[in-house]
Amino acid sequence: MMNDPKNTAPAAGPQMLGGKFSLTWHLLPWVLAIIFYFTAEGYLSLGTQAIIWVLFTMSLDLALGYAGIVTLGHAALFGFGAYCAGIFSIHVTGDPLTGLLVATVLTAALGFVTGILILHTTGVTFLMLTLAILSMLFEFANSAKWLTGGDDGLQGMSIDPLLGVFEFDFFGHTAYLYSLAILFIWFVIAWQIVHSPFGKSVDGIRQSPKRMRAIGTPVWWRLVAIYTISSAMAGSAGGLLAHSTQFVGLSALSLFTSGIVAVMLILGGTKRIYGAFIGAVIYVFVQDYTAKLNPHLWEFIIGGLLIAVVLFLEGGLISLVDKARDGLARLVGKGERS
Amino acid sequence: MLSYTLTVLLDGISYGMILFIISVGLTVTMGLMRVVNLAHGSFAMIGGYVTAYLTQNGYNFYLGIVAAMIVSGILGGLCEMTIYRPLYRKGELAQVLLTIGVVFVSIALITAVFGAFPYPMIFPDHLNQLVDIGFRTYPAYRLFVIVVGAIIAGSLWYLVEYSLFGAKLRAAVDNSNMARAVGLNVNFLFTATFVAGSALAALGGAIGAGMLSLEPTYALKHIVLFLVVVIVGGEGSFKGSFVAALALGIIDTAGKYLIPEIATYLLYIAVFILLLWRPQGLLPPRSAA
Repeated sequence: MMNDPKNTAPAAGPQMLGGKFSLTWHLLPWVLAIIFYFTAEGYLSLGTQAIIWVLFTMSLDLALGYAGIVTLGHAALFGFGAYCAGIFSIHVTGDPLTGLLVATVLTAALGFVTGILILHTTGVTFLMLTLAILSMLFEFANSAKWLTGGDDGLQGMSIDPLLGVFEFDFFGHTAYLYSLAILFIWFVIAWQIVHSPFGKSVDGIRQSPKRMRAIGTPVWWRLVAIYTISSAMAGSAGGLLAHSTQFVGLSALSLFTSGIVAVMLILGGTKRIYGAFIGAVIYVFVQDYTAKLNPHLWEFIIGGLLIAVVLFLEGGLISLVDKARDGLARLVGKGERS
Repeated sequence: MLSYTLTVLLDGISYGMILFIISVGLTVTMGLMRVVNLAHGSFAMIGGYVTAYLTQNGYNFYLGIVAAMIVSGILGGLCEMTIYRPLYRKGELAQVLLTIGVVFVSIALITAVFGAFPYPMIFPDHLNQLVDIGFRTYPAYRLFVIVVGAIIAGSLWYLVEYSLFGAKLRAAVDNSNMARAVGLNVNFLFTATFVAGSALAALGGAIGAGMLSLEPTYALKHIVLFLVVVIVGGEGSFKGSFVAALALGIIDTAGKYLIPEIATYLLYIAVFILLLWRPQGLLPPRSAA
């Protein structure tokens, strides 16, 4: 009566990502991002948001997609990074790179400590622990008005020019390129990680922790390591958010944010670094468009999409890209993969 | 001082009862089907809104509750049969994502129909009065909630421990494959408990509207609380969720009276530590321990 659920559906995914991902495909998103910079003058701040969400989604992909750490608390890391960057810029220095580094390191530390505590649990208990951390931070940020501004949000940040030269202008030129550069650095790191032996072992842990333990992999430490890296990345994304908008709201720490980033990931496709690009960019731009029509239409669409993707399209949108690419390759006649 | 303590205790118990009524369905479905159902709050929210809508249009409050339970029960049953059933064979990730999708859809629909602002529930006059309970006067509403909660807890306890249906249910929670093997219709049990759980959530959402106010984000805002009750109590454990709900209600209320600045996050720290100490919850069903 139902389509047989193929639990191993994206089996073709990881392998074919390996060496066969040609340079053209690698260049495509970055070239598009640069073209966007020169052509979409009025949309740069929206573009910056998209880049930040791509980074955040990518961080979730490392933890959830590759390592199989099913968390709903990723917004805790994102929001923590954002508040760190914001508070640092108010009380210490407005230099963006220092601030971003501090946010990244502190969030990595948070991920490391909480990871050590919670990663030996599994399933619903783990999920609940991540939710508890998220709620804890949310309530703390809500009540510690002297530090975070409470539900008014963190205001009064001032960010110095990037590298002492480039001002963060009203149109968002600097913020856009700055975020894109940080995303690129993290992208290279993430790409290297998932294709390293370490990345493969993490992938193995997702598929069967028991067997990985049996062949001598230190499962728990590997999970803590990937969770820490993922946290650092999420913290960077949060830091970029704080710097580009010069404001941090409580919503960064909400369960809704965790939900949104999960939507972006599943929409684009898990276990695919580029899935984050597709999911987050489509989300941000389509949301911006539909929100102008009717602000609540979007929640409806996104909820419906989630249900549909889980039930019918396990590989996410990027699996459609794969299919299109395969079809194209066959048309051109190379057909080597079929 | 004694009267103050008793007041805190009563407030806490009534709040805990609401949490229990809403969460008990979630306990059973999570224990029975091993599905992480984040959308449980949506059924409570829909129940609350249906009742509030009917009372605002002049219908009887209790009639409204019955209608809400029927609506949520039917919706729950339909969801179980269509979108939840394929989930049983998928991993947690798929379950979390799909059910959060249901939450988003319900938020959008409620906003579209009732607007984005809190929606007031009109309670009947006899619940809005104060009753003399010896040492002070106390809102009848909260007493009503405590009585309803106690009745539901008692009858559920009786149903689960002493009825044939309860025996089947316990068997299926403990080992659904074995239950199937001895000829129980576990699929029917799934649907029946899902319907009953959704209907109870609707009841909790309706009579709890005085404490957990109705707004479109209700389903997302309170789901962490409901999950805390289920998981701290131990998935699939009635007694566990009853104890956990009352404890949560009392601790949360006492915290808000005594240490309002830090109560909210202290609660989550407590949950965090407790789960690290006992990952299976306080009173896990025997086989899960």
